[in-house]
Amino acid sequence: MRYERPNQPGAKVEYQSRYDNFIGGEFVAPKAGNYFENTSPVTGKVFCEIARSRAEDIDTAVEAAHRAQPAWGKTSVADRSQRLLQIADALEANLEKFAVSETWDNGKPVRETLAADLPLAIDHFRYFAGCLRSEEGAMAELDEHTVSYHVKEPLGVVGQIIPWNFPLLMAAWKLAPALAAGNAVVLKPAEQTPATIMLFAELVANILPPGVLNIVNGFGVEAGKPLAQHPDIAKVAFTGETTTGRLIMQYASENLIPVTLELGGKSPNVFFGDVMDADDAFRQKCLEGFAMFALNQGEVCTCPSRALIDEKIYGAFLDSAVARVGQIKAGDPLDTETMIGAQASNDQLEKILSYIDIGKKEGAKVLIGGERVRLGDGLEDGYYVAPTIFEGHNAMRIFQEEIFGPVVSVTKFSGFDDAISIANDTLYGLGAGVWTRSTHTAYRAARAIQAGRVWANCYHLYPAHAAFGGYKQSGIGRETHKMMLEHYQQTKNILTSYDPNPMGFF
Amino acid sequence: MSAPRVTATEAAAELIRRLVACHGPLMFHQSGGCCDGSAPMCYPRGEFRLGARDVLLGEIEGTPFYMGGDQFARWQHTRLTVDVVPGRGAGFSLEAPEGVRFIVRSDVCRSDEPA
Repeated sequence: MRYERPNQPGAKVEYQSRYDNFIGGEFVAPKAGNYFENTSPVTGKVFCEIARSRAEDIDTAVEAAHRAQPAWGKTSVADRSQRLLQIADALEANLEKFAVSETWDNGKPVRETLAADLPLAIDHFRYFAGCLRSEEGAMAELDEHTVSYHVKEPLGVVGQIIPWNFPLLMAAWKLAPALAAGNAVVLKPAEQTPATIMLFAELVANILPPGVLNIVNGFGVEAGKPLAQHPDIAKVAFTGETTTGRLIMQYASENLIPVTLELGGKSPNVFFGDVMDADDAFRQKCLEGFAMFALNQGEVCTCPSRALIDEKIYGAFLDSAVARVGQIKAGDPLDTETMIGAQASNDQLEKILSYIDIGKKEGAKVLIGGERVRLGDGLEDGYYVAPTIFEGHNAMRIFQEEIFGPVVSVTKFSGFDDAISIANDTLYGLGAGVWTRSTHTAYRAARAIQAGRVWANCYHLYPAHAAFGGYKQSGIGRETHKMMLEHYQQTKNILTSYDPNPMGFF
Repeated sequence: MSAPRVTATEAAAELIRRLVACHGPLMFHQSGGCCDGSAPMCYPRGEFRLGARDVLLGEIEGTPFYMGGDQFARWQHTRLTVDVVPGRGAGFSLEAPEGVRFIVRSDVCRSDEPA
């Protein structure tokens, strides 16, 4: 089926023509009164205006957050947990609306938003609602009269800068643990995808107390930077790339606050020879695992954009993999049959095409794809790229840089040690995949690859219950998993003497 | 003398001149990684703290262009041309509010050129 485009009769989504910021529980115009046009990558056409905020708007949001946080931090865990569950229920009741909106704002196929973005975001709020109820501090008797209590306290007001590849899900990853831990948040969405989060603001306005969540839209340099530099935030969390990551650490160092950084990768997907030992369901699973580079048009920090194939099976496996990729259906992202949608922005499209260009210039061979796609039916100006397979070697730039598009670079390896050596020959260490019928090989490879998340015989699963984050230049800290609560908490130690007598020093 | 490692298209040069007029002297730092990465970031000069291992590739329109040392080791066989395209969003890069985005286009160094 095909969902109706937003603001058309029968559509699941009706956008306002203009969105203000969400500050202190209200929709507030940016002080300078400026807005920017928000484009759908599906059609390349503008569909709403978004607040173009500046430092003074960030100041207002941080102040609102500080007014709200003390009371929010003191609410009972039962109360905070209940509100997270209410957010999850409200999202679930509007799942199609939010799925269509994410597709319209980002360009990704609705098949994915219905099956992944929304269910994962919903579950994230439920997961942290549960974690919160089971969390406990610790107590230790150090001697007969001395007891050490460890109590968790919220950090206070935190700043979160959200990427555009999974706009709502990445917001959920950051918001759910921060809110669960009792923090108030000032959130800056990506300027490429600012719309769905405003629908989210409308949804939760009556669930969260005013000021607990504040959303300020605008450009990175005008709104993101003053948030990252703000002296009254206790932490900044950012998903993006390395240069901005360094800049955010630099700003955080001026305020001596912690950061969480998720900065991308160049994830290897390693196929050992035994995957071809039988022509069975598992072989098909492996071929699907190869094609996972096209998920979300490749705009995933853990995109398996390097495929390393055992030389023993190289030709046979690659032939099947190319055939599988050839079956990926491009089309209208609002059609539930469409498997690959639009890249999120024009500059993203141009960057991908520039990498396809240097790949060819370096001598890599295009096995399939390698070009922009022009779709019909009003989608002519959308940003579509054909799934592309390059064959080359690991020193080529298409093997070393995150293209953030539906492009995989394939090479072969000779034996286990060579596979690990190529897999680790990268600046990054975010994700990796290993595919084999041997549990021994899977475990050895998973331990040997320097990456924060290694998928063994699967790929692109993102359950809330598993920690996600990078080694090497892929960032600092983790997201998802209950350990995130601690990333948004201070540890208070109360060291108490129950001895009525003086120590005797003085 | 070998060809410069980094040059700018006329459109990029014109944008740099316009940004300099608004913001004063500028600098570029090539980003890696996801989202808006693998693209050059443009800041007021001195805004981004350079490290000991950042490499100066050259200047375009009098604006220095840097890259992390580890990244340079993997890019040094290519020459870069900074271009500009219509776009949206670029970390904290200065040009984004203009509705444009710097990108790099690349060529492989000829084998007779020093890498």
